[in-house]
Amino acid sequence: MAKSLGPVKRKFEPWNDPTAQPFIRFENITKKYGDFIAVSNLSLDIYEREFFSLLGPSGCGKTTLMRMLAGFEEPTEGRILLQGNDISGVPPYRRPTNMMFQSYALFPHMTVEKNIAFGLEQDKLSKGEIEGRVQEMLKLVKLEEFAKRKPGQLSGGQRQRVALARSLAKRPKVLLLDEPLGALDRKLREETQFELMDIQHTLGLTFLIVTHDQEEAMTVSDRIAVMDKGVIVQVDTPAEIYEAPNSRYVADFIGDINIMEGTVVAPSGDVSPQPVVTLDCDGLIVAVEQDCAAKHGDRVAFAIRPEKVRISPDQPADTSVNAAYGEVWDIGYLGDFSVFLVSLSDGRIVRAAQANVSRLVDRPITFGDMVWLSWPRDAGLVLTR
Amino acid sequence: MKSARFDPVVLTLGFAFLYIPIIILVVYSFNASRLVTVWGGFSLQWYAAMWSNQGLMDAAWVTARVAVLSATIGTVFGTMAALALVRYSRFPGKTLFSGMIYAPLVMPEVITGLSLLLLFVAVNVDRGFWTVTIAHTTFTMCYVAIVVQSRLLTFDRSLEEAALDLGCPPVKTFFKITLPLILPAVLAGWMLAFTLSLDDLVIASFTTGPGATTLPIKIYSQVRLGVTPEINAICTILIALVTIGVVFASIASKRSELRRIRDEHVALRGSL
Repeated sequence: MAKSLGPVKRKFEPWNDPTAQPFIRFENITKKYGDFIAVSNLSLDIYEREFFSLLGPSGCGKTTLMRMLAGFEEPTEGRILLQGNDISGVPPYRRPTNMMFQSYALFPHMTVEKNIAFGLEQDKLSKGEIEGRVQEMLKLVKLEEFAKRKPGQLSGGQRQRVALARSLAKRPKVLLLDEPLGALDRKLREETQFELMDIQHTLGLTFLIVTHDQEEAMTVSDRIAVMDKGVIVQVDTPAEIYEAPNSRYVADFIGDINIMEGTVVAPSGDVSPQPVVTLDCDGLIVAVEQDCAAKHGDRVAFAIRPEKVRISPDQPADTSVNAAYGEVWDIGYLGDFSVFLVSLSDGRIVRAAQANVSRLVDRPITFGDMVWLSWPRDAGLVLTR
Repeated sequence: MKSARFDPVVLTLGFAFLYIPIIILVVYSFNASRLVTVWGGFSLQWYAAMWSNQGLMDAAWVTARVAVLSATIGTVFGTMAALALVRYSRFPGKTLFSGMIYAPLVMPEVITGLSLLLLFVAVNVDRGFWTVTIAHTTFTMCYVAIVVQSRLLTFDRSLEEAALDLGCPPVKTFFKITLPLILPAVLAGWMLAFTLSLDDLVIASFTTGPGATTLPIKIYSQVRLGVTPEINAICTILIALVTIGVVFASIASKRSELRRIRDEHVALRGSL
């Protein structure tokens, strides 16, 4: 099936433009339920046409934040501005936001058509206008032939599309998506992720998505806010979140990573021209190209993604730094990648991933082999938080 | 595990225990003899007699009106009470309120009837059609509240939130989304309220007055003078009405079950 990809995505980063006005602004938001603090003094700016993700484990406050924007909850303290206007106290039915619910919340007693038309009918649009918009939405989500069906007669993927069409029908200024793809199987989820991005791009809307699935957040978002216990730990683009996490929490939450605790033996600035931090991780000497505020003797962590660790039976040229020797303890074969769990002499496990570039079934490295691990200075990073 | 052996004898005994009294009543309503316990051949004369018995017909009419009216008002109030109990997680006096909703279910009818009588006397209301209706409303609304409450507990609130989110104000949301979806429970509550009102003797006899004799009161007072086959006839008609109601209700629920299964098949085919 031929599929138009639309215009090529241009570089889009209003958050780096000091003159850009935020579209949505959370200002010192706190939400308490009795003694429980769901969201704690949180501030966040989201820009127009941005695809923004709130990512975090369940109970981190991401859904509460979204529900406050939709108007189902009121913040205990702080205010929410939409295009500069304070929307506190505005009931959900007067807010220019629409939400796609995790359970889809399709009205079971109405046909697909009626579900999509529901929001438009509330706006007292003319019959012809409603009919036109419904057809347009059905076309957008490719459900034209299912217009007369009830939600009970649809598959999970189709219901998800109806929910999307219904929440888009009113052309909201902001579309809120609460775990939108959680109920779909993997393949369908991946397809839908790209469709969502396509739709967002075509319609030029601002999307705010809540998810606990980091892969989903990475795929669709312009920026991601990683949340933990009611606060935002880091807000950045997917690449920055992945390559430059600002803390152990973010590094550990996003993707797979080796984290080793260590002590600074040579702070950055000691070596020129590139600032390099040298750590002693219990005997393993690590040098990282990074401008880091940590001082001599500080306890910090060294973090490196498995795919950046080179694994080889041959000894590298320099074994004094950024190199470790150990035994292959376990191998995880993932098809595209193999993950090697290498046990160092002191029992620490380091994970190294290798792309399976040939079709050889017998790998050169196998269980019990003694191997060398090594990595360049710009592969890992030092985490002070 | 061995499945229990089906025993037709036990089943027959069970049915007999439940239905023999009713069968006897129905059979004797077609008795030609005036004597209730002696079979004198088939006849429909008691149905004719019942039809021309003005007192009995008046009582039936009063009962029907009381039942429809009290069931309807009780359903409205009961649904509102159920919504308050399920929807407001905490309000002062909630425990007391939910306890009070259940109280009339376990309260002896004599006490309910007597207390209502004392109330009506205290506020000096002429007892009659309206007092019976009010009395029936007060106890039937509790049954409705319980039926509707159990439906609301499994109701997905995000449906209402979705309607609000799409710009529908709360009251309209109730009528467009909530009510259509809980309607089966509301109707079941109404049916229950209707039947409870229909066969109530104790509370009605306390709260009624001249000119508003309900059918159970009429039957009871006639039976005290001796059981006439006329009574059997009207009871048979009541049984027939109830049976028709039950049969229709079970056909309807069977149908909706079949429709659900069919819908699932359609959905499965659609996803392929």
